[in-house]
Amino acid sequence: MTITVDSATPANSGRNPDLGRATGLSCRECGAISPLGPFYACTECFGPLEVAYDYGHVTREQIDAGPKSIWRYRDLLPVPSGVADIPNTDPGFTRLVRADNLARELGVKTLWIKDDSGNPTHSFKDRVVAVALAAARELGFTVLACPSTGNLANAVAAAAARAGIRSFVFVPSNLERPKIVASAVYGPTLVAVDGNYDDVNRLASELAGEHEDWAFVNVNVRPYYAEGSKTLGFEVAEQLGWRLPSQVVIPVASGAQLVKVDKAFRELLALGLVDGEPPRIYGAQAAGCNPVAAAFKAGHDAVRPVRPDTIAKSLAIGNPADGPYVLDVARRTSGAVEDVTDDEIVEGIRLLARTEGIFAETAGGVTIAVLTKLLREGLLDPDAETVVFNTGQGLKTLDAVTTAVGPTATIPPTTEAFHALEVASR
Amino acid sequence: MSSTVNVRVPTILRTYTAGESDVSVQVGEGATLSDVVQALDAGYPGIAGRVLDDAGQIRRFVNVYVNDDDVRFASGLDTTTPDGTKVSIIPAVAGG
Repeated sequence: MTITVDSATPANSGRNPDLGRATGLSCRECGAISPLGPFYACTECFGPLEVAYDYGHVTREQIDAGPKSIWRYRDLLPVPSGVADIPNTDPGFTRLVRADNLARELGVKTLWIKDDSGNPTHSFKDRVVAVALAAARELGFTVLACPSTGNLANAVAAAAARAGIRSFVFVPSNLERPKIVASAVYGPTLVAVDGNYDDVNRLASELAGEHEDWAFVNVNVRPYYAEGSKTLGFEVAEQLGWRLPSQVVIPVASGAQLVKVDKAFRELLALGLVDGEPPRIYGAQAAGCNPVAAAFKAGHDAVRPVRPDTIAKSLAIGNPADGPYVLDVARRTSGAVEDVTDDEIVEGIRLLARTEGIFAETAGGVTIAVLTKLLREGLLDPDAETVVFNTGQGLKTLDAVTTAVGPTATIPPTTEAFHALEVASR
Repeated sequence: MSSTVNVRVPTILRTYTAGESDVSVQVGEGATLSDVVQALDAGYPGIAGRVLDDAGQIRRFVNVYVNDDDVRFASGLDTTTPDGTKVSIIPAVAGG
């Protein structure tokens, strides 16, 4: 096999990057190896590149001695060993909530919510961006950029501010207002693009070809960025007492998160950090943007792009880059990919909030609603330990529920008026 | 009558185009994307083999746009490319 590598290493200052135990980039399609650098697509076949490592020996004690952030897993990420001392957002180690109320309501024996709304900018995107920033610095980049459905824009703008570097974020112009404001406040160059996310993504891919000194976190440094999602899987296992759950439900936008959580579980098994069987992995999509669920149900290996139309804008990627790999993971682990309507998403948000006091964004509503649907369809085992991922904060997508919930009543400030409502005895 | 089609070349294929990011090819009237790829390969030998798989279909991690439309929403390689069309070839492994 011939291996051709573009000699242009845009912003690299010439020194070898310190990316920890990472050894190279391997094509997930044809296996061709590229050196560590700002490469994301295989020069042989256009397939996605993935970080390869030589882990050697990693122990629970080493991890336990690390900081209460994703950097405790630095030996399993493409970052320098001293990463925790460099300004970054230091996300992770978010709470794993035992959801007994929701479990009772759904008839599930043991249910946990991995609540990633507790990250610095309130979504799981802080994990991937922190890893992308650490790697981008090593590769010599001085600008951070991204196309985003919102959460990523928040995370990139905040991380760039922490790092003291410029950022350029590109979002669809019809994005939820809180997500635009919660990016703009960090001072990036924020460009609202008239088009859907796939249009923004295409623009960013073209710009990445023009500005080779910009690290587009989810384009030209995507192999490093995506590895950050493994930390969700590592944390779930560690927080369960170094155990794997039997089944997990994960939202699917590009699909990278689900694929990397599966990779994390397999790495923990391979390193001997946990025992047992790899979990069954279930993907969750909105019916208004369900290219992966549709392909799964039709038995297809290829994912046909769709034009998104759903309130779950953070999952509204009609042409998901990791879609084929989500199908592989769901089938290999005996999981599934399911989709739910916008009404079910709103009901999912309300159900989680009402039962567990966790206000999820629309993506979390998708995941809870898919959990409910999979149980109803008998595709999920109610007696098996289950972890569901909430990847974002409900305050960012308030519009989704403002017509569904509100004051029980509006009254004058008198006890008579309150008694007349007859709500206290209900 | 021949038509001119402009092609945006992604970074990883610029080794074929001597570093050029935008190239143009001449195709016949009524040409399709398939003809454009053939014309591209005539000018820059080997490039078609990077864009198309062994079965002659667009590789699954390549997005091709004719003007602003993903050809998967149009007619794929049979999408027509009249004079002045802009074709963009973009790696599909971005985003999310």
